[in-house]
Amino acid sequence: MDIVVRNLSKRYGNFQAIDDVSFSIPGGQLVALLGPSGSGKSTILRAIAGLETPDSGSIELVGEDATNLPTQRRGIGFVFQHFALFRHMTVRQNVAFGLEIQKLPKTEIKERVDELLDLVQLTAFAERFPLQLSGGQRQRVALARALAPKPRVLLLDEPFGALDSKVREELRLWLRRLHDESHVTSLFVTHDQQEAFEVCDQVVVLNKGKIEQAGPPQELYENPASPFVTEFLGQVNILRPETILGMDLDDEKPLPVPIPGSNSGTIYVRPHDLEICRTRGDLPGWPALIRRLTPLGWLARVELTLPDGTSVHVQITQATSRELGLESGQEVYVRPRDLKFFDHTTEESGVVNYVI
Amino acid sequence: MKPPKPATSPEMTWPQRFLIAAVLAWFGLLILGPAVALVRRAMEPGIGRFFAKLAEPDAIESLWLTAKITAAVTVCNTIFGIGMAIVLVRQRFWGRRLMDGVLDLPFAVSPVIAGLMLIILYGPRSTIGSRLSDMGLPIVYHLPGMILAGLFVTLPLVVRSVAPILEEVGSDQEEVASTLGADWWTTFRKITLPTIRWGIAYGSALVVARSLGEFGALLVVSGNIIGRTQTATLYVHDQVESFEPHGAYVMSTVLAGLSFGMLIALEAVRNRTHRQEYGAEESQDPSVERKTIRPTRRH
Amino acid sequence: MSSTSADRPVPLGGLLLRWSCLSYLGVVVLFPLTAVVIRALSAGPVRLWKEIVNPFAWHAIRLSLTTALVMVAISVVTGTATAWVLARYEFPGKGFVNALVDLPFAVPTIVTGLMLVALFGPSSTLGVVLSGFGLPVIYEQSGIVLALLFVCYPFVVRSVQPVLENLDPAEEEAAATMGAGRWLIFRKVTLPALVPSIVSGAGLSFSRALGEFGSVVIVAGNRPLSTKTAPLYVYGEVEGFNVDGAMAVSLVLLTCSLISLVAASKLAERQG
Repeated sequence: MDIVVRNLSKRYGNFQAIDDVSFSIPGGQLVALLGPSGSGKSTILRAIAGLETPDSGSIELVGEDATNLPTQRRGIGFVFQHFALFRHMTVRQNVAFGLEIQKLPKTEIKERVDELLDLVQLTAFAERFPLQLSGGQRQRVALARALAPKPRVLLLDEPFGALDSKVREELRLWLRRLHDESHVTSLFVTHDQQEAFEVCDQVVVLNKGKIEQAGPPQELYENPASPFVTEFLGQVNILRPETILGMDLDDEKPLPVPIPGSNSGTIYVRPHDLEICRTRGDLPGWPALIRRLTPLGWLARVELTLPDGTSVHVQITQATSRELGLESGQEVYVRPRDLKFFDHTTEESGVVNYVI
Repeated sequence: MKPPKPATSPEMTWPQRFLIAAVLAWFGLLILGPAVALVRRAMEPGIGRFFAKLAEPDAIESLWLTAKITAAVTVCNTIFGIGMAIVLVRQRFWGRRLMDGVLDLPFAVSPVIAGLMLIILYGPRSTIGSRLSDMGLPIVYHLPGMILAGLFVTLPLVVRSVAPILEEVGSDQEEVASTLGADWWTTFRKITLPTIRWGIAYGSALVVARSLGEFGALLVVSGNIIGRTQTATLYVHDQVESFEPHGAYVMSTVLAGLSFGMLIALEAVRNRTHRQEYGAEESQDPSVERKTIRPTRRH
Repeated sequence: MSSTSADRPVPLGGLLLRWSCLSYLGVVVLFPLTAVVIRALSAGPVRLWKEIVNPFAWHAIRLSLTTALVMVAISVVTGTATAWVLARYEFPGKGFVNALVDLPFAVPTIVTGLMLVALFGPSSTLGVVLSGFGLPVIYEQSGIVLALLFVCYPFVVRSVQPVLENLDPAEEEAAATMGAGRWLIFRKVTLPALVPSIVSGAGLSFSRALGEFGSVVIVAGNRPLSTKTAPLYVYGEVEGFNVDGAMAVSLVLLTCSLISLVAASKLAERQG
């Protein structure tokens, strides 16, 4: 385990930024701390870097207790959202900074800097000042600078947050490739679910200073452990049990939702887990009215109203939509392929899978 | 983003031209006219007389004293100004807001009152003053008192030039340096200091200009003893009082030229470097906001 | 979430820096100020009040306040106009004017006084003409206002100018698309956006004007009950060893100055 965080807590006045957080990251992995703003993810990262002092808890880096180690001696590389390049130094001087601190011989520094500039494809820009670079180039300089002293652990605080979406996507893939080559253990803070999924081996989802769930991205998506994770990872329809239970269903084909008597739970269905039929077929379905049909390239978004007025939206392919001849104002049937149920009181959850 | 400059001369309407003319006339009468008149008066008897007046021992000695005071005040207030700016922006502690307020007090205090304060605290009739004077360190009516007056009057200038830059730049760069292994002294020397260097230069230049020209506080504190506590500005005053206007005009021209020339030169150099580091035209990323960081100007 | 680097416990070096800076601030600013307050308290309010209502002192205080107010009233208009012209229009000599606006900040105040005497004084052509019209400037109360106008010229200009330069033109353009004329746009859209900066510039000017000494000493003629402003009065009392009198008037000046600064910054904050 390269990074071990145990029972970390931090409070600012009345605000509990981190609340008893523990996790560990095996060497060589790229892990995301994912959460909305204010969830404590950046504070955790800064605490690991030693830029923030936790109120309690311990931090271990590559087998060494680092809780009380000053930032300078933690052997980390840190990348900020806003690059934090040294504005008065050229790209080369920026990358060389950490090596000069270590008082390495000049030739060695030059070699290492050249190697890194090559890695981040900025050799041609070595003598430029940061302000003369584009946002994506600046962030690559920041990465090269962090990697130059061969850190034991790389920490990235929303590294692509300040870039526009196209550059962000390119840089994501590039970072993933870079990681596959260098294998430096990396922790990556982001609020963007897609970014976390695309880049990382493991994702830790945070909310209000606590860990909601941790695991490989696909597993979190498929088996979210809490309503928060379900809502945070992708779009979802939220239904009350009454909406479905109170519906006039065909007695012969009742909807087998394992709802335990109480009405205190909530049902979650993802838009792509709903299917639309023109007629009530063999499987149970709910009657619904198409309110609006929006083609979005190869997908189509269908907004529906259930009999009790609840609105639901469904994602189908444009081909399916055309095949069914959907139009707004039509009466159709919707049936769920996969839905999740969370009970607020017992915190029980259930998942129903229809295999079609 | 700067708004596009509307209305250049060709499409200007008559009211606009009138406004420009009025502003220029006011500016000419209030600022430019007096400045030109001063230089003319100083040069009237000829350039030779100008330098002859300046070479008189009283004038030389007053300039020398002004130089000594200015040097001492600039060094002290620059060093402590940087320190105070860092403490004010980077540290959080009880009493920080009070410190922030106290820092601006010299702006609100008339120079004469500043002098009065020093006399009350260190004057020959005060406890501290008489004690110090017995120890052979008289303050008021001597050099230390004049330096103290200069320190008081110029205290906020460096802080107020440096603090906004520190605030604007944030602590990211310093934090990165520490993750790269730099200790606080290296971080200060290699990261913080270069970042704020123009703020420091600008603030110190203001301190120099202000100490060169300080008059009210010095008049009260110095006792105006010719050859011993007469600064350049006090020399000007003395010349006016003794109906020697030419001497006053000559010294005034020198003082005005010195302080204003320095500020202009500084502005020019600063603009050049500024462009390189804060907003070059060749910046390829339009999404990055181009913010110019200007030290606040106040006296 | 926010950059709360300051929340870290400060290392020893930081504490040392803090305490040396605070001590410096204490010695240079706070000690002298407290000395005055202590001295004032020991003199007692009755004594101070007597010094303030003494006709000479009272006249000096009133003169300082009125001349400062007149100056601010004029300076707000001329300063805003200058900032407007510098920010909005291109004309020959603009760079020169822009650089010279700061001249009053750079030039020693006593030199300011001499400059004004050189141009408007009794021995200058302009001065003779003005006196001929029965409007002598130098050695009169109008001379004091003139000196204050010079000294405080940059305050309003330099606080309004950056605001004007960074003003989003979209607001004015939106108003124009709705059919508003230039004057209406200025009054309803632009001016309200400038008010905070004008107010803060005015506050700084007023406070500075109350304490102005060097230029007024030369320009005013220093006649009691006529052209002797409060700072001149304070100086006179110090020279005459009447420290209590000097202190009483100083306290009044200090209070007015602080009130104007605080009020201006509060007003500007509320407007902004």
